[in-house]
Amino acid sequence: MSKTILLVDDDQDYLEQMRVQLEAAGYDVAPAGSVAEATKLLDTQQFDAAVVDLMLEDVDGGFTLCYRIKRKHAGVPVLLVTGVSSETGIDFDAATNEERSWVKADVVLNKPVRFEQLRRELSRLLKD
Amino acid sequence: MERLNILVVDDELGMRQGVARALRDFTVSLPDVNGEVDFAVEQAESAEQAFELLNTTPADIILLDYKLPGMSGLEMLDRVKAQNAETLVVMITAYASLETAVSAVKRGAYDFIAKPFTPQELKDTIRKTAGRLILARQARRLAQEKRRVRFEFISVLAHELKAPVGAVEGYLNILKERTAGDDPATYENMVDRCIARIGGMRKMIADLLDLTRIESGQKKREPVEVELLEVANTAAATFLPEAAARGISIDIEGGPPVALLADRGEMEIILNNLVSNAVKYNRDGGSVRVSIRRANGSVVIEVSDTGIGMTSEDAARLFNDFVRIKNEKTRNILGSGLGLSILKKLAAFYGGDVSVTSEPDVGSTFRVELNKPVEDDGGN
Repeated sequence: MSKTILLVDDDQDYLEQMRVQLEAAGYDVAPAGSVAEATKLLDTQQFDAAVVDLMLEDVDGGFTLCYRIKRKHAGVPVLLVTGVSSETGIDFDAATNEERSWVKADVVLNKPVRFEQLRRELSRLLKD
Repeated sequence: MERLNILVVDDELGMRQGVARALRDFTVSLPDVNGEVDFAVEQAESAEQAFELLNTTPADIILLDYKLPGMSGLEMLDRVKAQNAETLVVMITAYASLETAVSAVKRGAYDFIAKPFTPQELKDTIRKTAGRLILARQARRLAQEKRRVRFEFISVLAHELKAPVGAVEGYLNILKERTAGDDPATYENMVDRCIARIGGMRKMIADLLDLTRIESGQKKREPVEVELLEVANTAAATFLPEAAARGISIDIEGGPPVALLADRGEMEIILNNLVSNAVKYNRDGGSVRVSIRRANGSVVIEVSDTGIGMTSEDAARLFNDFVRIKNEKTRNILGSGLGLSILKKLAAFYGGDVSVTSEPDVGSTFRVELNKPVEDDGGN
């Protein structure tokens, strides 16, 4: 049985491309273009992992979505993708305990995400 | 209250104390400065002592006697100017020697004051010198601020271009590796998306050129009598094909002609932008209404649509650079995020502004008010 990934990003082309790449790598993908769409999917389906863009429509929508995912489905690994750290100089990770207290993600990746890197992290987190 | 540091360098104790006493409670109010300027006076009896003091307390203004023991006043002047171009030096000279005063000014002194001088003469000189110093500081601060804004703009621009560039690159990689299977229709769709994203980048470049031309004042404005209803009609004709394809009607309210002394190109940008947005963000089968009239001496341009509208929070940030309201309704609409900020800047040149009233899912009305004809400028 393939693992199902929830994929959330408000750039429809980026979303489509990640979906194509993940399906070619053997995953099932449920794409969502907004926090509202993602929430609807979360309520109706089970996921093995979630890849969430930080800056969804209401600025830090991705952050709050991660919180919600972790609260409802604690065992689901969450990968947070951000495009902003290089410009703002805000560099964070989910590495230290202090960061984990407010960044509810297992891994933080910087855009542009090389697909190989995403696949590796998913593989590691899903142990497959 | 801003405080300026004055260092008086003179071997005569009486002179130094006289200066300190005269400036002790002296304040200067300058235009463009909030509050007043007062002074703290330090004393040195030689150039050598002066330099020691300057190591710990830099001076904004130096009152420097021409005749000093040891290092001469002129030599100290040279050194001070070499070390710190922003410090203003006022040379204290002997009454009969205009020559030394002139040579001091030529060597970099800002002004001179001839002994013996009255406290009032001293205060007048200091007032003039302080004014000059403060102005120079403000100019420097403004230049810095301008650089910072330009840097921020360029950073945001680079960020805005990343997404479309990444999108095109992503599709091309998938095309190259045939990662999406064998159906040619899938790949054709991807090519269409690439073309759409590139179109978006092209629009951003065009808008940027408009914006930089406006902000740099490089394009010379050519004021002519512009009949605005005519410009509106041309704008409507430009966007009619796109509108008609979706059953959207564009109506220009009839009325007396409204003419304004303006740059024609700028009026075209305003009307094109407003009409284009009204069509883009409209619902199928909806309508666009344009009205141009005079009210209380101003020209009021209003463009309403029956489109997706927006919340008041979104309306508040709409006119900033690169802002696009991102939600499900706007997802498929391409825009650079610069159009409205360009409008706002243009309106400002005509002493006016842009505003919007809107209701989500009902529609929006954009209002541009132009209050005065544009100035015939040489560039800014």
